[in-house]
Amino acid sequence: MQNKTYKINRRQKKLSGWHKYAVIALPYLWMSLFFFVPFLIILKISFAESIDDSVPPYTSLISFNSEDLKLNFSAYLGNYAAIFDDSTYLYSYLKSIKIAFISTLLCLLIGYPMAWAIASSKSSLRNALLMLVIMPSWTSFLIRIYAWMGILKPEGYLNSLLQWLNIIDEPLQLLHTDLAVYIGIVYAYLPFMILPLYTAIVRVDYTIIEAGYDLGCRPAKCFFKLFVPQTYSGIIAGSMLVFIPAVGEYIIPELLGGPGANLIGRTIWDEYFMTRDWPLAAALATIMLLILVVPIVLFYKTQRKEITQGAK
Amino acid sequence: MFKKTLTAVAVAAVAVVSGFNSAAAEEEKILNIYNWSDYIDPEIIPMFEKETGIKVVYDVFDSNEVLDAKILSGKTGYDIVAPGLDFMARQQKAGVYLQLDKSKLPNLANIDPVQLSFVAKLDPDNAHGIPYFVGTAGIAYNKKMIEERLGKDFDMKTWDVIFKPEILSKLKDCGVAVLNAPTEVIPTALNYLGLDPNSTNLDDYKKAEELLLKMRPNVTYFHSSQNINDLANGDICITLGWSGDVLQAADRAEEAQNGVEIEYLVPREGALMFYDMFAIPKDADHVENAYKFMNFIMRPDIAAKNSSYVSYDNANKAAVPMVIEKVRNNPNIYIPEEQLKKMWVPEVHPRKINKEMTKIWNRVKAS
Repeated sequence: MQNKTYKINRRQKKLSGWHKYAVIALPYLWMSLFFFVPFLIILKISFAESIDDSVPPYTSLISFNSEDLKLNFSAYLGNYAAIFDDSTYLYSYLKSIKIAFISTLLCLLIGYPMAWAIASSKSSLRNALLMLVIMPSWTSFLIRIYAWMGILKPEGYLNSLLQWLNIIDEPLQLLHTDLAVYIGIVYAYLPFMILPLYTAIVRVDYTIIEAGYDLGCRPAKCFFKLFVPQTYSGIIAGSMLVFIPAVGEYIIPELLGGPGANLIGRTIWDEYFMTRDWPLAAALATIMLLILVVPIVLFYKTQRKEITQGAK
Repeated sequence: MFKKTLTAVAVAAVAVVSGFNSAAAEEEKILNIYNWSDYIDPEIIPMFEKETGIKVVYDVFDSNEVLDAKILSGKTGYDIVAPGLDFMARQQKAGVYLQLDKSKLPNLANIDPVQLSFVAKLDPDNAHGIPYFVGTAGIAYNKKMIEERLGKDFDMKTWDVIFKPEILSKLKDCGVAVLNAPTEVIPTALNYLGLDPNSTNLDDYKKAEELLLKMRPNVTYFHSSQNINDLANGDICITLGWSGDVLQAADRAEEAQNGVEIEYLVPREGALMFYDMFAIPKDADHVENAYKFMNFIMRPDIAAKNSSYVSYDNANKAAVPMVIEKVRNNPNIYIPEEQLKKMWVPEVHPRKINKEMTKIWNRVKAS
């Protein structure tokens, strides 16, 4: 196998042509099939106008006039205008981003020490600990969130425990609050933070840290200047794996959340199912994607620069 | 149980395989039904299968919106679906349902002509669907908890309980749930204000919003399915709910003997009355079987058995005497004529109104 790779590399150098493209074509094909094509479909619908009396309930962008053989193309921008016109949509985006951001931070704060502990445990124990991190996801996501409803409700386990310990007199309203949403998201996405962090931490070169100590570096400074930078790749990967799905999260706020403003997942649901405006829902989804993609690409690029510079 | 599962799997497998040669001249003995969850006496499907030799593949959904999205995306693979009447009327605008051949539905004669005329307002000539169940959206509450807070003789048969903040605020501590369904709650508020619940006047909706904003501080949460379980467990003490759902929950609470006693009332100011229909999508593969099932479900003995189980009125006049007394004599299920005049059926709203309702709803929830 290694031999083969070597050969390809050699040939690449010689031909530097289509071989390179053939190798990278596969992931590109995958991406375009499962990301780009669906996105184009959404984008297309977002420029249509919604109508009641057809299946599906929106206009097609291209129409053909058989009399004068003209192909007409029309894109409707009203959906995007409507979104910027109405502050409830903006508020919905902001609230989703806020909740996703705080949840990601919490995941990082909880996940980092856990990943570190796993990485520095005995190798015989390591696999068992990793297993424990992954194991909860063997049951259905929905059932685990339902379990949290049982824990958090007024007569639930958590309130009973706190009352039994005489910490509180009256049951606390935990379920149907933003706190419950944070608990749910952090719980559900923590494994996605821990696993990339673990992979990064396990590869940390401790000789650098020892060198730091020899040169009189204090432990805290040593940790942030020498240890953490070596795990940036894990922090970025973990944060993105948590942040991106958390922004569009639908089930957790729906089951654990309170009566406050809608998150963007629910707002899209409302437009799609309640007002039956598929194009507007598609426009909302497109903007959400743009909101996510731009900062992520920027963030990723700057961080990669830092990593390569750090390596030098 | 295992045997049942095995049959179900076998049926599903047959359905998949037979999907490939649906061009066969004789209609295969399969029927795909898409109905609401907990919405049929479980003995009825086996009875139909035994009588006709047709295998039924029975799937469930829990909101009109989900069915709506499926129907509007194109072929669903179902032969009978159960949309709410207003949804069916809206979907029919896109021409998705088959015009019924009534000569294949002799049992349609059993259905109450008054109820059929209600339905015909939205589905002219009853051309595309038969009424399956009729329900109401009223007030459900925990008897003991309410008595503790409002007194033993408090008159609950009025929307004042929900819409007068001075009353509702006394119930805040034991939990108030409201359906997360703008198209049902907002018209209820309109009706309470003496306005047309199917109004197309945007000013009316402003007034409804004001009323709902006053209700909002006392609401624990908005949800359309969790509320029933929570009521049965004693986690909340009052909710807006659908008649059959609440009455099934009441039965379950009684069986569980957890001391929770649930009451359901249709307030005297009137309430929403909904029809769930059976209709055949135009692209259905097993139309003949669908007719057979529709006719079967309207047979008086079957309709009565079904109503007795799910606690909904089935609009089947010939079936009434055979429905169990507890259901038949409950004025909150089989609505007496006097009250019937006050009830209203949701209509198809113009898009402008639908959008306004969603916006009002978001503002109310966010306030």
